[in-house]
Amino acid sequence: MGMDFVMNHVWLRPLFMSVLVVTAVMTTCAWSIWFERKLSARMQNRLGPTIVGPAGLLQPLADALKMLRKEILIPRDADPWLFRLAPPLVLFCTVAALAVVPWSETIYIADLDVGILWVLALAGLMLLPIWIAGWASNNKYALFGGMRAVAQGISYEIPLLLSAMVPVILAGSLNLKDIVRFQHDHGWFVLWPPGIGLVAFVVFFVTSLAEANRIPFDVPEAESELIAGISVEYTAMNLGLFPMAEYVHTLISSAVAATLFLGGWDGPFFDATWYDGVVWMVLKTGVLFVFIYVLRWSLVRFRSDQLMYACWVWLLPLALGLVGAAAVWVKLTQGQG
Amino acid sequence: MFTALHPPARPDPYLDLDAYDPAADLMVLNLGPQHPSTHGVFRVKLVLDGEVIVKAVSYPGFLHRGVEKLCEKLTYANVTPIFDKNDYIAPMLNEQAVNMAFEKLLGLEVPRRARWLRTLLAEMQRIASHLIAVGTFALDVGGAIGGGASVFMYAFRDRDRVLDLFEELTGCRFHYNTHQVGGNRHDVPPGWDRRVLAEMDAIESALPDYVTLTAANAIFRDRTVGVGVLGRDLALELGLGGPIGRASGVDLDLRRDAPYHCYDEVEVRVPTFTEGDCYARFMVRYHELVESIRLVRQLVQGIPEGPIAALKPTKGPTHVKIKEGQAYVGIESPRGELGTYLIAGGNKGMSPYRLKIRPPSLHALATIPYLLPGNTLSDAIAILGSLDPVMGEVDR
Repeated sequence: MGMDFVMNHVWLRPLFMSVLVVTAVMTTCAWSIWFERKLSARMQNRLGPTIVGPAGLLQPLADALKMLRKEILIPRDADPWLFRLAPPLVLFCTVAALAVVPWSETIYIADLDVGILWVLALAGLMLLPIWIAGWASNNKYALFGGMRAVAQGISYEIPLLLSAMVPVILAGSLNLKDIVRFQHDHGWFVLWPPGIGLVAFVVFFVTSLAEANRIPFDVPEAESELIAGISVEYTAMNLGLFPMAEYVHTLISSAVAATLFLGGWDGPFFDATWYDGVVWMVLKTGVLFVFIYVLRWSLVRFRSDQLMYACWVWLLPLALGLVGAAAVWVKLTQGQG
Repeated sequence: MFTALHPPARPDPYLDLDAYDPAADLMVLNLGPQHPSTHGVFRVKLVLDGEVIVKAVSYPGFLHRGVEKLCEKLTYANVTPIFDKNDYIAPMLNEQAVNMAFEKLLGLEVPRRARWLRTLLAEMQRIASHLIAVGTFALDVGGAIGGGASVFMYAFRDRDRVLDLFEELTGCRFHYNTHQVGGNRHDVPPGWDRRVLAEMDAIESALPDYVTLTAANAIFRDRTVGVGVLGRDLALELGLGGPIGRASGVDLDLRRDAPYHCYDEVEVRVPTFTEGDCYARFMVRYHELVESIRLVRQLVQGIPEGPIAALKPTKGPTHVKIKEGQAYVGIESPRGELGTYLIAGGNKGMSPYRLKIRPPSLHALATIPYLLPGNTLSDAIAILGSLDPVMGEVDR
């Protein structure tokens, strides 16, 4: 009984794990907003939040409370149901991807055989609620934001998928845990095959930045031209769900990138037992996550047509070439088709 | 890395939309007056074909305060403080422009120390103003939650150094009221010149950061090079001098070409570009920043001795009376030629009969119907930012 019973139960285990993982991730995201505000403040000669709690640590709570207490306004000409539906759907599509991310040998929610497919499918599905938000707001700026988001999402999905296929081809599995185990045995994909793995990692990282709408790819909510893009008409917690989903998405992107290319929970000193590997996984995810922040506060953004150009002219052929190179590598080294 | 869009060489601002491609699904988008990136309350009506602008119509006037009409009721000394609010990014220059017009009609010889001080204050104000221009342009290109905001914050930090010095000199950070007819009101406090030099060093040491975050960044160049190209002919037609004109190859700078104050005693180097795009306008301002720092260093070390005002400084309105006459004075503000046309003789000689301001920002905004068509909405914001308009001065 006790922990062993839960960990071996057919549905108690996923339930327990999902509560654990989602709670941990959502809390991390809330405080990552605090962290980002502090980090950006230090980068810009500011102080960041200082008032609420020690060093402003309670600022995320204060923000959430403020959001909850605001009035929910629905514009007269908006489509009321679609307008209400979009923000929770956006969050759902991002959080659902957590199901297959393995945090260690034992800490995962579902050991799905098509794990990477699930992640990428949800990333694609996320465009739907974003487009719903843009359309249902009945605002020209929101419409622009939605259109840009869909165009960008559809374009960047292809190199994202293709670059994610490189580890899949090398490991011979769509299962994220299998991919990590393969890296544990043969080395991280960012290091080998020489060149191919590293470039695939860069392509994956860049395109997942674009999928998560982070600077320099945040044209859908480019606040200097579209004010707030899709969320321009939203108020209260409806408004709060968009950035929350964005942060969760960024975190998951970092986690998936760490899983696919940086060896996941694999690393020295800690064996991949119960929870030990989670230290490495969290560390790798955190490094990528913070790197995205630093990028965000130091780069300017692309124009939307330049974004498309970059995708179709540079990233897509590159990703295609990588997939081909990975396939050739497997053929040559393993000697069987 | 990426090619810029190529708008028509000279778009037609009076484009007949009915004659435009009937298959195009045109959309009207109101940019402003509450838009965050229009640099104040400014409205542009954009007709869009997809995301490409077909026609742009600008509607200034939301910040109209009737400054010119007010001047007809105020005494000459009372005009100066309300002129601070015109170009609120560079108030020193406004004060100087209007007081120089009064002095010209009065035939007052401004003491050399006052003129030298005015030159120094003008250059320091130019630094503060161009820092805002550089910072807000990065903000327009990079976004308020992004790298642009970083440049913006750095720019404001450095601008504050100048404002601190102004505060020490005049007691105010923004609306100084330090010029009066015939000279200056506030003399240099002891040790101020040393602090000026120290702050100039601090600003100069921060300049490489701006370049790293903007001009050295490939994305920034993609967004600005070849975007919003203003030809030299059009710039001349619209009466554009200043950084915008100089970015388009109009080699005109009143500081050098029609020296006033003490500009004939220092060497003013004028950076000129010929590309006429957003990048050139940005770089002109950046180079002027460097040049102004050099000028301030030179000026602050050679402040001559003597009185700072031809007339006795008074606390109340000085009794300046101008019975009649007309005068035009143009000075080089950070935005271009800031002109003041004065017809004296109103209110029994106590007030101007008519005072007309030639705001450089208004002329800059005249380019909007030509520059925006053919570009995308994102570029429209970048172009608007590169023009660096100040609505207080446009609408007066």
